[in-house]
Amino acid sequence: MRESLRFLLGDRLVEIDRCDPTLTVLDWLRLDQRMTGTKEGCAEGDCGACTVVVGRLDRGRLRYEAINACIRFLPTLDGCQILTVEHLKGADGSLHPVQQAMVECHGSQCGFCTPGFVMSLFALRLNEATPDTGRIEDALAGNLCRCTGYEPIIAAGRRMDEIAPREADRFLGEREAVAVRLAELNDPETLVLRGEAGSFYAPATIEALADLVSAHPQATLVAGATDVGLWVTKAMKRLDPVIYLGRIGALRTISDEGDHLRFGAMASHIDVRTALAALSPQLDELMRRFGGEQVRNAGTIGGNIANGSPIGDLPPALIALDATLVLARRSEAGIERRSIPLESFFIEYRKQDRHPGEFVEAVLVPKLSDGVLFHASKVSKRFDEDISAVCGAFRLTLGSDGRIHEARLAYGGMAGIPKRAAAAEAALIGRPWDDAAVAAAVAALPQDFTPLDDMRASAQYRLKIAGNLLRRFLIETTQAETQTRVAGLLAEAAHG
Amino acid sequence: MADARRKLDIGLESGPVGSSRIHDSAPKHVAGEALYIDDIAAPEGLLHAYLGTGMIARGRLLSLDLDAVRAAPGVVAVLTAADIPGANDISSTHLHDEPVFATESILFHGQPIFAVVAETRGQARHAATLAKADYAEEAPLIDIAAAREAGGKLVTAPLKLERGDITAAMAASPRRLKGTMTIGGQEHFYLESQIALAIPGEDEDMAVLVSTQHPSEVQHMVAAVLGVGSHAVTVEVRRMGGGFGGKETQANLFACVAAIAARKLKRPVKLRPDRDDDMAITGKRHDFVCDYEIGFDDEGRIHALDAVYAARCGWNADLSGPVTDRALFHMDNCYFYPAVRARSEPLFTHTCSNTAFRGFGGPQGMVGAERFIEEVAYATGLDPLEVRRRNLYGGQASGEGLRRDVTPYHQTVEDNIAAEVIAELERRCDYQARKVAIREVNRTSSIVKRGIALTPVKFGISFTATWFNQAGALVHVYTDGTVALNHGGTEMGQGLYVKVAQVVAHAFGIGLDQIKITATTTGKVPNTSATAASSGSDLNGMAALDACETIKRRLTEFAGKHWQERPEDIAFLPGRVKIGAREIAFKDLIAAAYMARVQLSATGFYATPKIHWDRKAGRGHPFYYFAYGAAAAEVAIDTLTGEYKVERVDILHDCGQSLNPAIDKGQIEGGFVQGMGWLTTEELVWDKKGRLWTHAPSTYKIPVASDRPRIFNVHLLESAPNREPTIHRSKAVGEPPLMLAISVLHALSDAVASVGDHRICPRLDAPATPERVLDAVERVRAEAGR
Repeated sequence: MRESLRFLLGDRLVEIDRCDPTLTVLDWLRLDQRMTGTKEGCAEGDCGACTVVVGRLDRGRLRYEAINACIRFLPTLDGCQILTVEHLKGADGSLHPVQQAMVECHGSQCGFCTPGFVMSLFALRLNEATPDTGRIEDALAGNLCRCTGYEPIIAAGRRMDEIAPREADRFLGEREAVAVRLAELNDPETLVLRGEAGSFYAPATIEALADLVSAHPQATLVAGATDVGLWVTKAMKRLDPVIYLGRIGALRTISDEGDHLRFGAMASHIDVRTALAALSPQLDELMRRFGGEQVRNAGTIGGNIANGSPIGDLPPALIALDATLVLARRSEAGIERRSIPLESFFIEYRKQDRHPGEFVEAVLVPKLSDGVLFHASKVSKRFDEDISAVCGAFRLTLGSDGRIHEARLAYGGMAGIPKRAAAAEAALIGRPWDDAAVAAAVAALPQDFTPLDDMRASAQYRLKIAGNLLRRFLIETTQAETQTRVAGLLAEAAHG
Repeated sequence: MADARRKLDIGLESGPVGSSRIHDSAPKHVAGEALYIDDIAAPEGLLHAYLGTGMIARGRLLSLDLDAVRAAPGVVAVLTAADIPGANDISSTHLHDEPVFATESILFHGQPIFAVVAETRGQARHAATLAKADYAEEAPLIDIAAAREAGGKLVTAPLKLERGDITAAMAASPRRLKGTMTIGGQEHFYLESQIALAIPGEDEDMAVLVSTQHPSEVQHMVAAVLGVGSHAVTVEVRRMGGGFGGKETQANLFACVAAIAARKLKRPVKLRPDRDDDMAITGKRHDFVCDYEIGFDDEGRIHALDAVYAARCGWNADLSGPVTDRALFHMDNCYFYPAVRARSEPLFTHTCSNTAFRGFGGPQGMVGAERFIEEVAYATGLDPLEVRRRNLYGGQASGEGLRRDVTPYHQTVEDNIAAEVIAELERRCDYQARKVAIREVNRTSSIVKRGIALTPVKFGISFTATWFNQAGALVHVYTDGTVALNHGGTEMGQGLYVKVAQVVAHAFGIGLDQIKITATTTGKVPNTSATAASSGSDLNGMAALDACETIKRRLTEFAGKHWQERPEDIAFLPGRVKIGAREIAFKDLIAAAYMARVQLSATGFYATPKIHWDRKAGRGHPFYYFAYGAAAAEVAIDTLTGEYKVERVDILHDCGQSLNPAIDKGQIEGGFVQGMGWLTTEELVWDKKGRLWTHAPSTYKIPVASDRPRIFNVHLLESAPNREPTIHRSKAVGEPPLMLAISVLHALSDAVASVGDHRICPRLDAPATPERVLDAVERVRAEAGR
């Protein structure tokens, strides 16, 4: 057990003995450290004005990620390096190439979002050589600017490596040294922090986690905090105790198990995307549109499932893929594991099949076998960084007779939980995959769903879209020459 | 693109005016060193206030129990209306309809009832949730339909514009049609939310740092709520993290509450609402319903236009009068209506009080004008661009000797360049050929349909409240030759400070680095107008120039005497002053002038000439000039989901002789994307109880980087100096480009129309969310019988 939080702020080692479990990185920077370069725009991880870059060790390698400081709890950065906009200038006061590019391209107007954009571009530069426009847009999907219309910021993203080559970047030069310093901070001890508002636990092993969850069944389990963060910043909830899962390396692993992929619960969306993209370009595009880059870096597959949102984007896809959820808890014999079909985890709105002391350990995702058709679509008001009005994911297994043998149609946004369309599936079975099959499934959808009107869409539109996504699926699987998408990777691939 | 921008940036043209200088704060912005109010080091003893708001949209407050609020950790004080030393009134139009704190009547969900002051912001914010209130709740009037049904109470006097005999002209029109258009509102979503910091001084003094576009109004409001003279209140703002109209009047509340608390507690008090509270409390762009009847002929010419513009104004008048007026002023856009009647209906509703937003009603009026054109185009089977051209101001007289250059408000359009701008853009973007190609592609593309549209903009420049068209400046030259510049305009990102500094640098022949741009403060330049109506550089540039000219006159007089030269032989050239045959450095002249006891500081003033407006009569010359532009947008829509992508946009915009092309281009691109958001993904939704459902960026979707058109060709109109003698013949640029985005709505409409062979008018309302686009697709298909 270790009772002090340790991390690097720039190149300075910070040790904190007392800290509230939900103190945000942003409040600590601005109020405690008086580092006011990082801004609060929305306090919910949607505008990116608070973007900072976090360096963390991933299997021994230092990895830089842009995150939203406004909804990230400071103690979750134990063993990490925090880089803020204040760290970028050179010792001689010269602007960093990212900053210089933003100035030259007229990338700031009011300037309030600017530090966030600078940090997102900075993270992109550290991670990728010569990103194209699409990648720059993706990297900036979690940053809102209300002044510029983005063109000059994108131009800055293209310009930054021209100002000074990426390879010569001071931060990349320091990478190895920082990794060594962080390695010293990353011990196998459980971090226990006390603050006025409660306690924070960050175990480093699954066994320690199981013990803690068992000892504190009322604890809030925190993964990427991209949702839990808002319980604090918006609902002003007091969470005590907090158990953070992010220090457990074993929970972050993704492995290929032959016929399926195994995702540790703490695999981040950005890593999940890479793995799922290998299964289907449809999944690549779905995950590309998941939150903004900061949320994709912080949020996890386990968190997206365990939080039980009716509009999470992963569950429909994973249910359609027939994923299995592995839940674990402490038993007298050791760790007791339970595997259930993912779809049965969701019982009703915000209620899941999680027993006391249990935590999500892994998700097993079957690969797509030959002869299986798969589709994933998300419809939202805005393409990037938006929440689905409807998310549909479909897997059809066709027999050698060309008829549908198995159908898994999963939807988000259509009910209080991510849910399969049982009646529509039944309508498909035994039919050839054609217009008549789609018509039959569409006709059955109202039996499966009674969606709601809300700020994202009307019930009527949701139902219509749920059916039209099946039509899109048919067209994409039977008429390759027909363009069906107007934006994103699939549209660009179609454009050639 | 990057190369082009770099070229722009070098800015080594002959002088500072007209060159693409970077935003003066850019190096600070990118380093996190630009200070916004929440970044300023806290004064000793700082407390934090937070607003407690009502939880119903309409009704009476029966009781308010604040004991739990008072007892919460860290709480120092709780303030209600009873704690206001002066007037409980911050009505900007002096209609006494906007209390700081509600006392009995609750008029919208989120109305402030009290404030709590605590040691930390977190404590104050938490405590504010602990109030217990009892209400007698009534059913709120949320939207325009409900307000009309309940009798149509207005928040302010409506406006009627009329020219010609509308009844006779409508009756005589060969063809007539009626329609309705719904136009959505818009949240400003300035990245820096509202904030104020009040610091009490001696006597009754109060210094207020506040993120506002209108320091003088904040000063007046704070003085009124404190019951002191304006001279006791100093309001300062160095920069805002975005304004867009949302900080023209909406900052008053936050400044006043901070000041009331600071006065009562004799300690500095800061008030910054959470984003969600900011969005729930503050006003937005007005949504409109426009009911119209158009008289026209088979050649697509409009003969008569009769329209009513109903606006959801919210719970008080605020700026709804001038906003709805400006909608009427732009119901013509670039088009001449031989007979016209336009009436406004500024409706009271139990929602936040809608306010200024970039364009100030103009965009809503202009969106209506383009709908009229579209209706006529589909009714006649003519190309919409051709119908636009046939109805432009100017051109051939229509028979009875009527001049085709008079607006519905009886101002003659003297500077019309719409036809040239349209023609030039049409040529540059290859509009006609692309249109043909798009029609061809659509024939074989069964799901994705493309559309294209080219729409013009004509926007009137000046405050329609004529007295606001004045500005002051203060210029100090110090003995080392450096200059401190101050004026009444505020910096919200638009680059006003650097533009005015360029004017001053040019006037003195010195470098921008010799000029310190100082924070806008009521203590230096008094009685200023809001930085609004795109007027910032027009007004403040001229006022600053006036101050410079005063100082230059004194210097010239001094130099003439000192070196025995004639005044006409003395000139302020770049980097030097020419005095007869001799050339000396500016700073040397200044040093000499100081020793000779020449005053090196001056105020400057400017009042816009030519303008007048008689609202009762609906006649006048409210605008000094017009700014023009045109945009062509190409989109692709998905007819299965209604999703769409703006694929290409070409813009040609009139900035007159630009003071700073890079800054102006930024305004054009940024304004366009903001307008595009308004007309596409930005949808405000209230529930039946009057709660704003879209109160955060998670639910309210402004454009992100990938929404901007990948092909985005933006050009400033060249060789087009303002015909009026504005500052260096430039034109205002803050608002007009927003309306270039109307091209996107019409490109979407064009794509939708393709499913009905362009025979059915899609009547696509705004915002054109994917859901609305899909609805329009299905409606057009049904009407076309396909």
